[in-house]
Amino acid sequence: MSEFNGEIRKMMIILSKASLENVYAAFVLANGARMEGIEAEMFFTFFGLEAIHDKKMEHLHVATVGNPAMHMPTMIGGLPGMEALATSMMKREMEKLDMPGVREFLDIMKASGVKLWACKLAMEMFHYTKEDMYADLDGVITVGDFYKQGAGVGAHMLFI
Amino acid sequence: MEKMIAQMNVLVNEEGYLTDFTQWNKEIGDELAGEHNIVLTTRHWEVIDYIQGEYKRESPLSIRKIGKSGVVDIKEFYALFPAGPLKTATKIAGVPKPASCI
Repeated sequence: MSEFNGEIRKMMIILSKASLENVYAAFVLANGARMEGIEAEMFFTFFGLEAIHDKKMEHLHVATVGNPAMHMPTMIGGLPGMEALATSMMKREMEKLDMPGVREFLDIMKASGVKLWACKLAMEMFHYTKEDMYADLDGVITVGDFYKQGAGVGAHMLFI
Repeated sequence: MEKMIAQMNVLVNEEGYLTDFTQWNKEIGDELAGEHNIVLTTRHWEVIDYIQGEYKRESPLSIRKIGKSGVVDIKEFYALFPAGPLKTATKIAGVPKPASCI
């Protein structure tokens, strides 16, 4: 019997969106992996880059339009101030659960050993430089580099 | 179920966590740490003391809270108790496994 019994050893999480609910889902999954002794790496691409953009990460919003689970008609969700209202409500609920803010969550993940990578192509597309981003980033890499990082038995890849 | 740890018969659950904290002692802590290939140092014991204190105050534990404890930072916590620090440290401390996701 092999030593490896199909258990998860590494989570490779790709974040392509920056609505608050998606960012938190990705962060909880990465941090939760480390808490179980599973390795975790994150790849921030396209709008996911906003979650590690120094000036934007603390101003992310919940999506109120195009989200049927909000139980809010799209026309209402699109009214001025609705996103801000939904966001502050969600942040209040998260604070009750002892959920950290985006920047503190990144700090926690880094301290826990999560590797954080920015997508080179998306960085170029948005004209971002490494200086614009969260200071403790592990690097700006290509998709090929990220696949190499994910090599090994028991590695799983997740796209959010 | 019962388990013999450090010449003591103690009650544990199916994951090996003590179900009755009053049965815990330092020798049991040492032996449980050994099961995780950890040799307990003064630093480990300071963290274990903190965890037991929080348990007695019925204050739920999370990684974030450990980081803000002033006893240990998150990086050192992971270094002291590798491979799932909150799970491992609570087991050694003889308290229930935290149900925290963060």
